[in-house]
Amino acid sequence: MRAVLLGPWLRAGTGPRPHPATPHRAPHRALRAAPTAPNTACDSQQRLPAAGRDLPALKKVSVEVLDHLEQLALVDFRDSEGVERLQKAIQFADQLHEVNTDGVEPMDSVLEDRCLYLREDDVTEGNCTKELLENAREKVEEYFVAPPGNIPLPKLEERETFLQGSK
Amino acid sequence: MAAAVAMAARGCGGVWRRARQRGAGQPGPGPGPFPRGQRAVACNARGGAVPAGKSGLVPWVPVVGLEIHAQISSNSKLFSGSQVQFAAPPNSLVSFFDASLPGTLPVLNRRCVEAAVMTGLALNCSINKKSLFDRKHYFYADLPAGYQITQQRVPIAVNGSLSYSLCIDNKMSQMVTKTVRIKQIQLEQDSGKSLHDDTRSQTLVDLNRAGVGLMEVVMEPDMCCGEEAAAAVRELQLILQTLGSSQAVMAEGQLRVDANVSVHHPGEPYGVRTEVKNINSIRFLAKAIDYEIQRQIEELENGGTILNETRAFDSKLGCTVPMRDKEGKQDYRFMPEPNLPPLILYDAKSLPANMNHQQVINIDWIHERLPDLPSVKRKKLVEQYGILPEHSFTLLNEDGLAEFFESVVKQTQMKPKKVIGWILKDLLSYLKQHSLTVKESPVSSFLLADLLNLLEKKEISSPAAKQVFMELWKGEGKTPLEIVKEQKLGLLQDQKELEQICQAVIDGQENEVMAIKAGNQKVLNKLIGLVQKKTEGRSNPVLVKQLLEKKLSE
Repeated sequence: MRAVLLGPWLRAGTGPRPHPATPHRAPHRALRAAPTAPNTACDSQQRLPAAGRDLPALKKVSVEVLDHLEQLALVDFRDSEGVERLQKAIQFADQLHEVNTDGVEPMDSVLEDRCLYLREDDVTEGNCTKELLENAREKVEEYFVAPPGNIPLPKLEERETFLQGSK
Repeated sequence: MAAAVAMAARGCGGVWRRARQRGAGQPGPGPGPFPRGQRAVACNARGGAVPAGKSGLVPWVPVVGLEIHAQISSNSKLFSGSQVQFAAPPNSLVSFFDASLPGTLPVLNRRCVEAAVMTGLALNCSINKKSLFDRKHYFYADLPAGYQITQQRVPIAVNGSLSYSLCIDNKMSQMVTKTVRIKQIQLEQDSGKSLHDDTRSQTLVDLNRAGVGLMEVVMEPDMCCGEEAAAAVRELQLILQTLGSSQAVMAEGQLRVDANVSVHHPGEPYGVRTEVKNINSIRFLAKAIDYEIQRQIEELENGGTILNETRAFDSKLGCTVPMRDKEGKQDYRFMPEPNLPPLILYDAKSLPANMNHQQVINIDWIHERLPDLPSVKRKKLVEQYGILPEHSFTLLNEDGLAEFFESVVKQTQMKPKKVIGWILKDLLSYLKQHSLTVKESPVSSFLLADLLNLLEKKEISSPAAKQVFMELWKGEGKTPLEIVKEQKLGLLQDQKELEQICQAVIDGQENEVMAIKAGNQKVLNKLIGLVQKKTEGRSNPVLVKQLLEKKLSE
């Protein structure tokens, strides 16, 4: 099962961000670091409670969204268990919205205070054609060989692998 | 090139109508969907008044926006140390990072940042002192990482403008200045190259170009026809070449232009736009845009709709066709590039004290060292030499021509206003006829100056000078003076001999002399002509006229 990239960018189908209404929510509750094994967060047995409350509501992911995700990221959800795992992962990540970030600038990189190193414009690499081509399954005269253009995934109805193991 | 610019420089002024009359005997795929004479264009896309159609058809307002990718002129790539070079053995200029092997990281090239800052300043942009890098995801064989590092959220420069000149009517006598707004300039990676092998149903991938630095210049849709777009791109090309930030040669893929085209009725919202790609020259850019505008108008007037699609320009047929691979809207799943901190630029005020110089980019320092932009150069030429704006436009439009002109002016006594005629009419037309660049000219500035000096000193006549020029063009190494001597083109300097010839002509043409004395001055020209014949064209007509008049009045 390939890891699925989550985050606010995958909000498709799950509606707008929930508004923090109730006043008793702790404003800057530090998010517990995600467990080391990537799948355990999605595992139905283990749930990290949010300060004594339940996780946010489990939102269903529509078939259209799953199809879209499969096309974009070439992941294969395979069966209903996979989809449930996805939904639980989203639910887990939704806890991020419970943090009150009013007036706080979004951080998009932990490197934001670091200096971006600038390299001098000198030629220091390259000329390793042979080594690079060792990785290629097929090659033609020092070119990599690829299929002719993108082969689009077949449409939802015709796809054999989509949600194979499920209803 | 001059043809392209001449075409580009003819401005628009009017209203687009369905110009082609549908009927029998429609010619096949010709040079374009309409002959030039029938077209009139509305170029007030920014809401200016558009005159109502004469034939009662509601006018259309075309809207053209451009996305331009300029390859940065640098030794190494944007995020790696592989060399940047056109036409090298396949996959020889590729590092492990360019091939996106795991464990490699991007390292930003300082020169690429400077190039982008220079370009931003030249286009009157605000330079963002803090800009960010993002990943744009899509799958394609020539993008090994599966994403492109670009600057989508906060690019390096925003809100600029580009001024360019157009000629109204075909005469190049009246130039008008237009402006297009620059939305932003961003740094991004180039992809590799795919060679499609249809016979074996495979694609060959060369990653030499993968990772080369690009500046994407996004223009607002302020243009309304192919000619405006072509003129704007030509001006941008000249600016980039002057700055040195890009060599901007379209034929080598260093400058790539995609056009976004739509049409709408005045007062209504913008129509659906199509994106036109695969445009390989400025001339084709104008053609492709004009074709697409016309296609959309015809489609809509026939009751059809325009799809929001990507179309490719087929230069052989002169038309746009839908592209197969891009279907529907792409979802690029933009995310911040996690391996790169924000790019911080400084100016004189914010310059940090203890940082290593090599790690600091000072916008003000770069600004001070910007070379004269083409628009400034043109003004200076007009002021310094008293030539017309159209002349300086053409001078700058041909690579090396302005330098040639200035070199000739320095070496001759002839006034620049006269020299310019020789440069633009004689030299340039010869160059064009033989498809030569200024650098390849068989006539050097030294030789031309020499010739013009002879003309100026009245040692030869103007027609004789043209003859000498033709001879010089053969490039046989002779000097103008040698040619004049060889072909006996020098003007007769002996006054007495000339007077004798004039007298002989007068004596031999009694009837004409009587007519002149009776008041018919035009007959004098016949006498001048006869003198010219006798001297085999080696007499100065002005002098001959004076002598004849003097003699006839005696």
